[in-house]
Amino acid sequence: MKFIKQTGLVIFLIGLSIFIASIFIGSFSLTQAELDTFISKKGYKSEIIKAELSKAIVTNDHLNIFEFSSNVRNAFETSNKHYDALIAKYGAEKNWTKKGEQYQYKIFGKPHSLSYGIAKKAGKGIIVENIGLMWLLTFGLGIIGALLFIVPDVVLLGKPGIKNDGIFLEAATNRGWIGWFAFIFLVTFYILLYFYPDFIVNWVFLVDPISESISGNPASQWFLYGFLYCTVMTVMAVRMYIKYRNNKYQILRTTSVLFFQIVFAFLIPEILVRFEKPWYDFKNAFPLDYDFFFKWNLDELLASGTFGLFILVWGVVLTIVVVPVMVYFFGKRWYCSWVCGCGGLAETLGDPYRQLSSKTLLSWRVERIVIHTVLIFVLVMTGFALYTFYSGANQVIGIKTQTIQDIYGFLIGSIFAGVIGTGFYPIFGNRVWCRFGCPLAAYLGFIQRFKSRFRITTNGGQCISCGNCSTYCEQGIDVRAYAQKGENIVRSSCVGCGICSAVCPRGVLKLENGPEDGRINPTEILLGNDVDLMDLVNKK
Amino acid sequence: MEHIVIIGNGISGVTAARHIRKNSDHKITLVSAEAKYFFSRTALMYVYMGHLTFKHTQPYENWFWDKNKIDLKEGFVNNINTDTKTLEFKDFSSLSYDKLIIATGSKPNKFGWPGQDLNGVMGMYHKQDLENLEKHAPNKEVCKRAVIVGGGLIGIELAEMLRSREIPVTFLVREASFWNGVLPAQESEMINNHIKEHHIDLRLNTNLKEIKADENGNVKSIIIEGTDEEIFCNVVGLTAGVTPNIDFIKASKIETKKGVLVNRFLETNIKDVYAIGDCAEQQEAIGQRRNIEAVWYTGRMMGEALAQTICGIKTEYKPGHWFNSAKFLDIEYQTYGWVFSERSKKENEGYFQWKHPKDNKCITISYAVDSHKFLGINTFGIRMRHEIFDRWLTENKSVEFVLEYLADANFDPEFYKLHEAEIVAKFNQEHNTKILLKKKSWKRIFSY
Repeated sequence: MKFIKQTGLVIFLIGLSIFIASIFIGSFSLTQAELDTFISKKGYKSEIIKAELSKAIVTNDHLNIFEFSSNVRNAFETSNKHYDALIAKYGAEKNWTKKGEQYQYKIFGKPHSLSYGIAKKAGKGIIVENIGLMWLLTFGLGIIGALLFIVPDVVLLGKPGIKNDGIFLEAATNRGWIGWFAFIFLVTFYILLYFYPDFIVNWVFLVDPISESISGNPASQWFLYGFLYCTVMTVMAVRMYIKYRNNKYQILRTTSVLFFQIVFAFLIPEILVRFEKPWYDFKNAFPLDYDFFFKWNLDELLASGTFGLFILVWGVVLTIVVVPVMVYFFGKRWYCSWVCGCGGLAETLGDPYRQLSSKTLLSWRVERIVIHTVLIFVLVMTGFALYTFYSGANQVIGIKTQTIQDIYGFLIGSIFAGVIGTGFYPIFGNRVWCRFGCPLAAYLGFIQRFKSRFRITTNGGQCISCGNCSTYCEQGIDVRAYAQKGENIVRSSCVGCGICSAVCPRGVLKLENGPEDGRINPTEILLGNDVDLMDLVNKK
Repeated sequence: MEHIVIIGNGISGVTAARHIRKNSDHKITLVSAEAKYFFSRTALMYVYMGHLTFKHTQPYENWFWDKNKIDLKEGFVNNINTDTKTLEFKDFSSLSYDKLIIATGSKPNKFGWPGQDLNGVMGMYHKQDLENLEKHAPNKEVCKRAVIVGGGLIGIELAEMLRSREIPVTFLVREASFWNGVLPAQESEMINNHIKEHHIDLRLNTNLKEIKADENGNVKSIIIEGTDEEIFCNVVGLTAGVTPNIDFIKASKIETKKGVLVNRFLETNIKDVYAIGDCAEQQEAIGQRRNIEAVWYTGRMMGEALAQTICGIKTEYKPGHWFNSAKFLDIEYQTYGWVFSERSKKENEGYFQWKHPKDNKCITISYAVDSHKFLGINTFGIRMRHEIFDRWLTENKSVEFVLEYLADANFDPEFYKLHEAEIVAKFNQEHNTKILLKKKSWKRIFSY
């Protein structure tokens, strides 16, 4: 069994290595005819972009993606600089008509996105010619290797029970060198995905056939991300099923997040696209879905007939009615650890890192400041967006709506939720985004704290302060601080993953939904002692 | 403002300190020779197993003590001079007190076995024991086998610890079945089997004769009494119970027997000197409890009670219904009220027992044979609500009542398979009754 496990690790690492190496292979070029088609499709008006691009990429040289990207970006830059110079020149001459005319020739867009768009058409070589084989050598080996590594645990981990042996003794899970490598890999991945999509265009080719079979369109880097997300979650869900096979709550919860990710976040939106409907994830609630009220989204929905209108109404109802009502009955866990995609990844890929979240009082303070700041940020931004949508004015009190949206998208949407949120799993634990950043979690948290039936019940005086609950709380809640006082845990940040209850050696904790009365029960003297003393102290 | 000095910063001493701080401005000093900051002793095993780091076993962050004006003093008390109200430390420093609380806990029993002080022989109680174990049994290459002597809760925990690093373990248990002085046979047998499932070489009815050394004074092997079988090993764990850790008190005027003798107010024979926790010995047993209770919960309860006395509300130590819990490898155990083993139960105490056909789950309900009054319950692999059983015990419910409302008491995580119906069916069959299991009711659960 150990041999199978080690073989699996080797196969996984081979798959991962080929995956990483595949960025560097293949060549990129277009024929003049292909380039012409591309430019006319894009409708670029610049008179020099055609010449610049054909100089850059219509070639027999074997350009790798980095050279190709650099050439393309230079071509766009040269074109834009040319017109910038003209604008400056006509500006100086006060020739306003001429100056105004120049703007239509400028090409907008992030350089690496422009480059990605062309690269997607320009790939040549092993990968593009052998997508199936390359898929097997990367995704295939990765999946098989990972499963071979995971499945033997059915036997190796022994009888069902708590399987945390060695977690703080291993480099992968105690911020050792493996953890730091994983950190670097994940952070790099997110930076490439968000900011340098052209560099990973070879990966996107690998999932083109899958995308075409679902939506009818070739894949984008977001399809790649979605597919990878589902794959990683599925494989790591197998690990969850094995590790927590003694615990039905964990099994059901894992199945639920996996279902919602694959069906709601991945398949349904792609299928909608196939039927020429807007891409929409029905479970992604505002304000986590921060661009729902952006003008472009509202315009698109309103342009999509009844179905668009349905989405619009559902999105509003989801946030205003469904979410709070469900949180009242079940706590925010129904969303955060049963439905949400971010939570889904955290609970599968992130599960090995849950013990790394900080439990200090200081980090709780930081958490409350940061998460509520993000909530305010998203609400203000949405206010701007709605104002812009209704009034048509593109700025409010001198601040451009677009600027605010861009800042939020960059800082929160990309850096916080992606690069930090997932990239930092191996260092700060698996719920960095959910704990410090997610505005939806902040909103659900208010309801959970002040108007909900959910609590983690502490079982009388049975706590022995061992600290397993606090250590394995991914949200960094010092569960023990409550349990050892015999007090129920009612905290806005609790996502109800149920692990504190699972790892408790004395059966002290139980997640449950019950009457609001007595939900919060501060105690000084614990059950088991003299009743008179309990009365004396607790009712003071 | 008085100076309250507490010797020992375990759960008893720390609970007392916290509650005294809550209710008074007394100067408080917590003295410890073991570790500067309070940690959960019961969690030491998880540090060796890699579930936690030592820091995780500390329930309060380090700033807590300063913020709450609880002084921490590291030092080993050599003597207590009750005439001058002074503590004399090993390093010749001293500390005077107005009121003294002795909360020094326990130490592992040693029964005079030859070789019991060799390198590699250890208990599993103090932080230093953990460090010692880490030194002598860092892995299965250095420690080729470990022998554990004494079949109680610490013994099985030590076995679990060593097995987490795949170190072969031989477990010597004096009794015919694991912990059968406390557990009914059904449960004791289930644990025997579970120990073997974990590949632990369990030797029942087996006593240690001596521990042999190699040329360097390290453990080489042990010899079993009777058969003279020699088992080679690198570590010997002595886990045959604990005894109050009070050697340093013997020279003082404080009266001791096995532990520090106290009355129901936790007062010793000397005014302003109190003792709580494992090291305290009640002059007369409270109810069916033992005179010395070396349990986390009782230590905490004594700390809670004594703090009131120190702060001016003279309070007897009057523990409520007995409860306890433990974990035997993968099997959780909880008990509420009194369930005695066959060996020690009285004639009027009857059992109702149920055992899952496959899983490691079982219960024993103890009740008065004549009146059918519910006396207590042991559950294995099923979690139960403390509040509910505490209430039922107070209200002197009958065994039939307990079964009828058993669903209210279940505390297993959501979606777990429930067994109340099977349990009640078995009772009905055995007693020819027609108890109908009531559905779980929040109203009843919260009606206390």
